[in-house]
Amino acid sequence: MSVLSVSGLHATVGDTEILRGLSVEVRSGEVHAIMGPNGSGKSTLSHTLMGRTDYTVTSGSVQVDGEELLGLPTFERATKGLFLAMQYPVEVPGVPMAALISASLRSRGVDTVDLDSRIATEADRLHVRDEFLLRGVNDEFSGGEKKRIETLQLALLRPKFAILDEIDSGLDVDALRDVSRRVEAMTKEQNLGVVAITHYARLLTELRPDHVHVMMAGRIVASGGPELADELEASGYEGVAARLGVAELAIEKQESSKVAFDRGKTESLADVLKAAGSKADDPFADPLA
Amino acid sequence: MSISKSFSTDVARGLGGPSWLVDRRVRASGSLDSITWPTSAEEIWRYSRIEDLDLEKYRPVSAERLGAADNESAPGGGPFAREAGEHSGMLVVHDGRVVHHEIDPDLEAKGLRVCGLATCDDSDEIANVLGSVSSVSADAFTVLNDAFMPGGALISVPGGVVVPHPIVIVHWCDGDLEASFPHTLVVAGESSEVTVLERFSSPNTDHLVDAVVELVVRDNASLRYLSVQEHGPRTWHIGLQRAHLGRDARLASAAVALGGGYARLRSESLLDGTGAMSEQVAVYFGDSDQMLDFRTLQDHAAPHTRSELLFKGAVEDTAKSVYSGMIRIREDAQKSQAYQTNRNLVLTDGAGAESIPNLEILANDVKCAHGSTVGPIDDDQRYYLESRGISPEEAERLIVLGFFDDVFGRLPSSSLTNSLQRSVVDKIEHRRTR
Ligand SMILES: Nc1ncnc2c1ncn2[C@@H]1O[C@H](COP(=O)(O)OP(=O)(O)O)[C@@H](O)[C@H]1O
Ligand SMILES: [Mg+2]
Repeated sequence: MSVLSVSGLHATVGDTEILRGLSVEVRSGEVHAIMGPNGSGKSTLSHTLMGRTDYTVTSGSVQVDGEELLGLPTFERATKGLFLAMQYPVEVPGVPMAALISASLRSRGVDTVDLDSRIATEADRLHVRDEFLLRGVNDEFSGGEKKRIETLQLALLRPKFAILDEIDSGLDVDALRDVSRRVEAMTKEQNLGVVAITHYARLLTELRPDHVHVMMAGRIVASGGPELADELEASGYEGVAARLGVAELAIEKQESSKVAFDRGKTESLADVLKAAGSKADDPFADPLA
Repeated sequence: MSISKSFSTDVARGLGGPSWLVDRRVRASGSLDSITWPTSAEEIWRYSRIEDLDLEKYRPVSAERLGAADNESAPGGGPFAREAGEHSGMLVVHDGRVVHHEIDPDLEAKGLRVCGLATCDDSDEIANVLGSVSSVSADAFTVLNDAFMPGGALISVPGGVVVPHPIVIVHWCDGDLEASFPHTLVVAGESSEVTVLERFSSPNTDHLVDAVVELVVRDNASLRYLSVQEHGPRTWHIGLQRAHLGRDARLASAAVALGGGYARLRSESLLDGTGAMSEQVAVYFGDSDQMLDFRTLQDHAAPHTRSELLFKGAVEDTAKSVYSGMIRIREDAQKSQAYQTNRNLVLTDGAGAESIPNLEILANDVKCAHGSTVGPIDDDQRYYLESRGISPEEAERLIVLGFFDDVFGRLPSSSLTNSLQRSVVDKIEHRRTR
């Protein structure tokens, strides 16, 4: 039995405080849903837990079984048992998933002899086609394939706790079911603890949570059971905010913060071609549309 | 810039060989007086270190040092030839002179030639082809090569012959304060097929290599060509590789450049026959204070031609790289397609990469695209790998190898891929231990 314990977490980007005193405690085998509107700080939470350096933690603590993770670099947090399925999985051309997984297993001192057959079994369960195992990880994958591959890595790495940041976005019904079932099985078979971050209640019809938390403007404003998700479905974030007397739902977007996302690349051939025959996934598309 | 007196007509003549070759050298050396030496004010030398090259201090490798033209004393091609695997022929070239050659006798019976330019039987035929590609718009270093090439490597594939295994050329260049002038001529006859793997290397000596490679791909022939440059850190390498493609000819050329202090490659493809296809790819990796310098040309002179170029490089420490590429589509080259991509990873703060793509399009019904990127490793990619429990060092190694992966996948022969990838990894790891 393990415990992931987040308490009084404050984090900033530049001058803006995004996490404003957030606490949650997750035990092995539990599924916690954190639901919040766009801009409430959900992804910031997931990256802060994983130690992304764009975010500065100003106070609070994140512990796994009493061991403090804040201050540890990202890769050590992973080896301590955290896994983050990212909202926007990153494309890494030329690095196939098997190379990535075998490097991460080796760094944990885990045997990789039967890795190929384990990958094949998991790929079968998640209906991932071979092609996506051979190409660079996420490289020009559709939104759905990316999320399946995130789940595949989760299954192979067997962490103690998984943070799923909008694992449901960009998924069609079949993919949503495959992914949810695989995660649910891990909670039962390996006692995986899950933090399922989502905007929409539809994930929770597949991946049934034990606890539901509502996040607004950087803190958890309500916690309860699955009935809280039902209330959100019925009256929306505005309605729940009104009931709770919460005025601020999301963190105002800082104009200056946009710069941080601009990586100043010059136009490349691949980009030019991609734009021309644009089948590229829009990461900002409404998953329900 | 000027050359020392040791670059004399007497020395050029003294290098021996058949009379046509001696005459050719003497002619070229005679024109050296009136030559214009390059400066970095010229576009084609912009960003280069040409001004740092003190030509005066070098002397050409002399006839005495080279020994007799037919003295083939080298035992074999060493580790490179072993790694290259099974081959249909091999040439070992020391300071521009062939010192060992071998060839599959069955292929020799079919007319394949793998031999020294100065000692080959079909010498007169060669005389007509030699320089037919490189001497068009010759620059100072091409003329210098013409004047002091002792001989060089010749591969000539008769029409219709398919050479089953690669032909390997191994160059060794040495001699402190000496300059050597390797010249390679590959002629792939009509409808023939051949793969050539060429490697340049030198020890840690202050040596100048002025190398010329001519690739003649006749109608409907297919040539796959790889050059690997692994010189010692104080070697200057100034290389011209120029290909001439006939009708429906296919060239897949690759360069892997890892060594040298200043190492420059001009890689040019002239698509001169309808339907010709040229591919040029490269991997380069500069460390310490190296400069790796590439100038490419995709020159379309006939309709329905297609060229594709992908050059990828990385620099670390205080190394610099230059990529300057030109796509030229001449008036007659309608319905042609040309693509050019150059990508650079700058791994440390002191390192730098220049990337200059150019287009010159005189035909109106063509497809062209070019792109270039210069930048550090993507933070998101690092973070993604690290979030899986991979250390920052291992993450960098994976990302860099992944970055080069598509080029390594397109090398004309896969036999060398692993050891070349290993050399890239060694460079990354070596930095960490400094
Ligand atoms: N790296 C960053 N740089 C600047 N601003 C950021 C960054 N990450 C998040 N933000 C800002 O923090 C707020 C919350 O964003 P985010 O955590 O992505 O919310 P959610 O995932 O709930 O939609 C937004 O206003 C966003 O603009
Ligand atoms: Mg988010």
